Amino acid sequence: MSKVKASVAEALEGLSDGASIMCGGFGLCGNAEALIAAVAEHGAKDLTLISNNAGNLGKGLAVWLEKGIVGKIICTYVGTNETLHAAMADGSIDVTIIPQGTFVERMRAGGAGIAGFYTPTGVGTVVAEGKEVREFDGREYVLERALKADFALIRAHQADPFGNLRFYRTARNFSPIMATAATTTVVECDELVTLGALDPDDVHLPGSFVQRVVQVTEHENVIEYLKTRPRP
Amino acid sequence: MFSKQQMAERAAQEIDDGAVVNLGIGLPTLVADYLPAPTPDGGGVWLQSENGILGMGPFPYEGDEDPQIINAGKQTVTIVTGGSCFDSATSFTMIRGGHVDLSILGAMQVSQSGDLANWAIPGGRVMGIGGAMDLAAGSKRILVITSHVAKDGKPKLVAECDFPLTAKGVVDRVITDLAVLDVAGDGFRVVELAPEVTLDEVREKTGAPIVD
Repeated sequence: MSKVKASVAEALEGLSDGASIMCGGFGLCGNAEALIAAVAEHGAKDLTLISNNAGNLGKGLAVWLEKGIVGKIICTYVGTNETLHAAMADGSIDVTIIPQGTFVERMRAGGAGIAGFYTPTGVGTVVAEGKEVREFDGREYVLERALKADFALIRAHQADPFGNLRFYRTARNFSPIMATAATTTVVECDELVTLGALDPDDVHLPGSFVQRVVQVTEHENVIEYLKTRPRP
Repeated sequence: MFSKQQMAERAAQEIDDGAVVNLGIGLPTLVADYLPAPTPDGGGVWLQSENGILGMGPFPYEGDEDPQIINAGKQTVTIVTGGSCFDSATSFTMIRGGHVDLSILGAMQVSQSGDLANWAIPGGRVMGIGGAMDLAAGSKRILVITSHVAKDGKPKLVAECDFPLTAKGVVDRVITDLAVLDVAGDGFRVVELAPEVTLDEVREKTGAPIVD
């Protein structure tokens, strides 16, 4: 059975109420835009969203929040995401904010068959409250548990039919790690290439971590904060 | 007094050739203007951005911006010659594993024992943690650059933080508009005074002892 799907709708087969979904992207950069839009139209609700920012400027995953299809969020940063601020203020969504390095390491552990790990990050802060703190070689570390999900929705620059992936610049961020930690990883690729087109040494994420691939050639690629300098 | 630019310039003097440096959001980003760019022999200063760049360059020229090349503040940036891109697990392996030589961070409060509070104000809107706790816990050295007092006039350098902590006992040196100070355990030690600032003024505006 081919991993390559004809449409984003087909690529989301099996998605149902209560699903946990990891979404790649640092803010809006590197979002699987078409898959995110398709989930908003799908009808599934009570979703657990695992994503660094949960959208911004009313775009990307902020649409899920506005639609009321998210029950729980694990993220690291809220910032100017007014949709998320509103949801936190009225208590309509259960939001857990964790340190970014812990966020990605929990998923890395989940994908690597590791149940938990001790990190120095968060010791002596609210992050460590209620968790085991243990001393190793004179320094304190807090126990953090692995994180997994039903789906990972990620964007890649190139994919081949086996799911070997290459990413582009800072659009990579959490995506390859999320791919390892989800039962079903769905890749939205800018370009679907033939098997063999990617040199074995140039594959960023091997295809065994990918279950479905859909090519999406048009992306909005929203810039959150445009900064430039004048030409000399 | 040091202007913001002078604070940034003074902070840049703390950085060795060949160093890997992470600059926090806000005032610390100004430091980039005073750093030597990476050189063909691998020297200069290499900026790390926790969203996945080692060798971050300045803002792009108008019209050259790429929406998929951003910094951790989600602003469009560039990548220097010799720069690299990587995933977030690799990025935080660098940060938490002690492979970043120096992080320059902003602060809401710093205590005399080096505790840092820079992510939340009690009763205020929660903006999130982002990479702050990992940078604070994992960098080899932490330099804080901040105004000496808060907008309401309260000291930011205190005996003990009452804002939620980012990390305990991590700050080495603080550069403010009034002085350069080291964390001394029982207070702050003045390393350098800004032009026309007296030790008495620093003492008056610091919520912890100034020690010799």
